[in-house]
Amino acid sequence: MSASASAARAPGRGAQVSDLRKRADAFGDRGMFGICLLAALLAGGTIFLVGFQIVHGAVPAIDKFGFSFVYDTTWQPNFGRFGAGVLLFGTAVTSAFALLLGGPIAIAIGLFLTLLAPKSIGAVIGPLVELLAAIPSVILGFWGLVVLAPYLQEHVEPFLADKLGFVPIFGDPQTTGLSVFTASLILTIMVIPIIASISRDLFRSVPPELQDGAAVLGSTRWEVVRGIVLPTTSSGVIAACILGLGRALGEAIAVSQVIGAGSEIKANLFAPGSTLAAQIALQFPGALTELHKAALFYCGVILLAIGLAANLLAGWIGRRFSYGGAVNW
Amino acid sequence: MSDPLLPDPTAPLTPSGNLRRRQAVSRITEGAATAAAVVALAALVLVLWTVVSRGAGVISFDFIFKGYPEGVGPMLLGTIVIALLATAIAMPIGVLVALYVTEYSGAKGARTLKLILDLLNGLPSIILGLFAFVFIVEAQEKQTGFAGSVALAIIELPLIARGSQEVLQLVPINLREASDALGVARWRTVLSVILPSALGGIVTSTILAVARAAGETAPLILATSAFDPKKFSVNPFEALPNIPTWIYKVSEEGNPNGYAEAWGMSLVLVFIILVTSLGARALLARSKRKLSS
Repeated sequence: MSASASAARAPGRGAQVSDLRKRADAFGDRGMFGICLLAALLAGGTIFLVGFQIVHGAVPAIDKFGFSFVYDTTWQPNFGRFGAGVLLFGTAVTSAFALLLGGPIAIAIGLFLTLLAPKSIGAVIGPLVELLAAIPSVILGFWGLVVLAPYLQEHVEPFLADKLGFVPIFGDPQTTGLSVFTASLILTIMVIPIIASISRDLFRSVPPELQDGAAVLGSTRWEVVRGIVLPTTSSGVIAACILGLGRALGEAIAVSQVIGAGSEIKANLFAPGSTLAAQIALQFPGALTELHKAALFYCGVILLAIGLAANLLAGWIGRRFSYGGAVNW
Repeated sequence: MSDPLLPDPTAPLTPSGNLRRRQAVSRITEGAATAAAVVALAALVLVLWTVVSRGAGVISFDFIFKGYPEGVGPMLLGTIVIALLATAIAMPIGVLVALYVTEYSGAKGARTLKLILDLLNGLPSIILGLFAFVFIVEAQEKQTGFAGSVALAIIELPLIARGSQEVLQLVPINLREASDALGVARWRTVLSVILPSALGGIVTSTILAVARAAGETAPLILATSAFDPKKFSVNPFEALPNIPTWIYKVSEEGNPNGYAEAWGMSLVLVFIILVTSLGARALLARSKRKLSS
């Protein structure tokens, strides 16, 4: 802009323009704040809307069965009798199994990546473990159905039943290989990348001075881990495990593909079973009566309650007891 | 025999007794940690190898671009349409939520929103399927690709919001201060300074979220599973064919005749997901480095 042009401008006009601009800015600032707030409220509202709709869908079943639905073990759609006892049992067994097996493996991977692996190797293996989480659950379940289940049925289950048969959980193998055991192993594969990547980040946040101090005092590598790394991160690691548990509890697709749709509580891990989430995936598309649908919604309510509780608990433990590193995933 | 109280100067310098035990324990645990990493890698390799070796045989031009039964074109197209629509819903909301956290909410608001996003992220996907079913499918009395997109959008939302927020926080404070010093209004700063410099990171976080949502099956079997596998369609207001529900159907029917096709589709899906998520990860790391340097 040339000097003469601005000088030629009437004094009032410049003020007017800036006044306009001021008004536009006031409007723009408010508008920007408004839509951002709206988006935030929408995100918060979504949680409540989802919760409301699920509970709303379950109302007929809640009216009919009340709280006894939670522990009743009959599930007979043809007779209009529903109880989630078997499903809760199956959910608890598969998730607990996945966590007990996958948790230690995942934590060990976290330790390997932070303390043992040379940088170049860790830079390759870390992302590869996370890729495990990127495989869609339907493909993992399909692999479980076609490859893993027959293999377990032919080789692993007879071996375990033979050697450890005196423990009731290793009973007689079934003919298909579709079992609680197979489902638990698939869930194990799914929880490992979640827990491993969170615990790796936690272990990285442990101050190196503490570790070096312990090493200087003559600790072996394991003693550094046992005495420094694990105690300073234990709350975060527990929170990570609870998040993994939440993932295992809610997995519907892969579990329904390999668990074999059983309808009884059995101690034998090699027998078929079912879980809350798997039951919804298996039966909802073919549910005929309103009550059947409502009962599946009731399963959803239980699942939602457990899932939200697990998340809140993990967040609370992570905040309450965390040392340095926050829990992120 | 020498005096047991005096050290033997000729003894070899190897640990003994307690130290030896401690070092052995340490070595065993190191070995166990390495073995754990090997186990996880083995699982990844086994699954991917099965998908590639069994799926590669059926992949051909016809398989990807033609309608059923020669190919799975409609399913591939439907999956892409559903994922794109979900992203079109989730991305603006996610970025605005992230902007709200970084620009407007105080620390307290940020904590509340973080909790909300964490809870959304922790919702089991089958629950979102039930939600899409009562909220949209039952209301419209038909399955639609749109219902599936809404469920996938809820899955993507927390991922996009969290990713964008991390990138927005990396925008150098100097840029913001320079803009403030020139008397630029906040909203102009956001639109012309902050968003453009964070754009790369926002886009790549979104791609990561899409890669996660593209393989989700649970919401789709309730929202858009009764479709015509022969018909190419991009209309989200009818049931759209899609790859995940087809693989699920094949595995539920347990008919080995459909397995070859299902492996082929798995390979296509895994290929798309792995390529996009690996590419996005590399780009994200680059744009974060660029912002923070």
